[in-house]
Amino acid sequence: MALSKILPASQEQYVGSRNLIINGNMTCSQRGTQATGITTTGFRTVDRFRTSLSTLGTWTEDQATDAPDGFSNSFKLTCTTADASPAAGDIAYIRYMFEGNELQMLSYGTSSAKAMTLSFWVKSNKTGSATVQLLQNDNSAKNISPSYTISSANTWEYQTVSIPADTAGNIDNDNGPAVALIWYLNSGSNYSSGTTRTTWTAYSATDSNPANLGVGGATSDYFQITGVQLEVGNATPFEHEPFSVTLQKCQRYYCTTGTSAGYSVPTNIGPYGYMLAPMSFPVEMRSAPSMTNTSFANAGTGSYHGGFQSITTYRYVHEMRNSGGSNLYGQTINTADAEL
Amino acid sequence: MNEMIITNVAYYNDAAGNQDSIKATIEGVEMSIPLDPVNRHYAEIMRQVEAGELTIEDAD
Repeated sequence: MALSKILPASQEQYVGSRNLIINGNMTCSQRGTQATGITTTGFRTVDRFRTSLSTLGTWTEDQATDAPDGFSNSFKLTCTTADASPAAGDIAYIRYMFEGNELQMLSYGTSSAKAMTLSFWVKSNKTGSATVQLLQNDNSAKNISPSYTISSANTWEYQTVSIPADTAGNIDNDNGPAVALIWYLNSGSNYSSGTTRTTWTAYSATDSNPANLGVGGATSDYFQITGVQLEVGNATPFEHEPFSVTLQKCQRYYCTTGTSAGYSVPTNIGPYGYMLAPMSFPVEMRSAPSMTNTSFANAGTGSYHGGFQSITTYRYVHEMRNSGGSNLYGQTINTADAEL
Repeated sequence: MNEMIITNVAYYNDAAGNQDSIKATIEGVEMSIPLDPVNRHYAEIMRQVEAGELTIEDAD
């Protein structure tokens, strides 16, 4: 091999899949593209990114098509009912959670622990200092809470944040929640009265969001991000990948599968019918998922009987009842949720 | 704070009468939840149970 083809050690980070974030360009949105009237925590639009709220305003969440050059989508929260004076325990943030087995290359808890860089694009009507936080679930919420600055309102800005190595905090090599990455929009004094942390230290709630941007203090405040990349070493250009690859990665945590069972139940055997509906997930899921069954037609007044779910399959029984006179059939959409 | 609003929680038994899963309504959506500690819904149910805020009914 020509020597010019061999990457120097300083470019080792360029080899392979370097972005630790799944769906950082916000293109995959299996649950939908918009949710309104949000006042509580949950996954609603863009895969892997969760809105987290505790009595701080009402919001609309979008997989927005407004994005900086080179991107087609962003994750956007818009305040529709403001909270001008959040109570001490009120909080609003966007959260991404890593599995422990995704982060073993960081060698945390050893002398070989790696430093990282978080990069992302952000846009808001608010300007000033804001906080991101990384929080280790496996180590009693040990955390850092560096700040970044939004200089211009209503303008996409590229941000980079250095994440130091942690030589003292092991990350469990399992499929459980290991490290949370958080963008704070707003919070009360319980989370905002402390100081910025740029090294990994023991958790103190007041140091979570010391640079409080205050999004949601007024109606129509908004905050949106895209191009999120967390990587070992220095920041590099966003690692784009085919949508099919992103979708498969996301389906480890959530997927929707239609089961057009088409079981017809002759009425001459009685008013009951049972639809046995096994389904295989498109990829092996993180853990046995929670299942939701919706959208069935002409199934009488039936009900679902909880079934058995594993990381690969789901089996359940759909009992269909009819007072007679017509056949029954079922058409079901199942969703599987193994998010963190 | 409770991260999820959970109601109508009951065990579901398999044909042999063994506890197989939990049926619950979470944020207004009825779900079948595996008895797996790394499932976030199961983990939150058990957290609320241990906090005395929630009760799991026996299977029908």
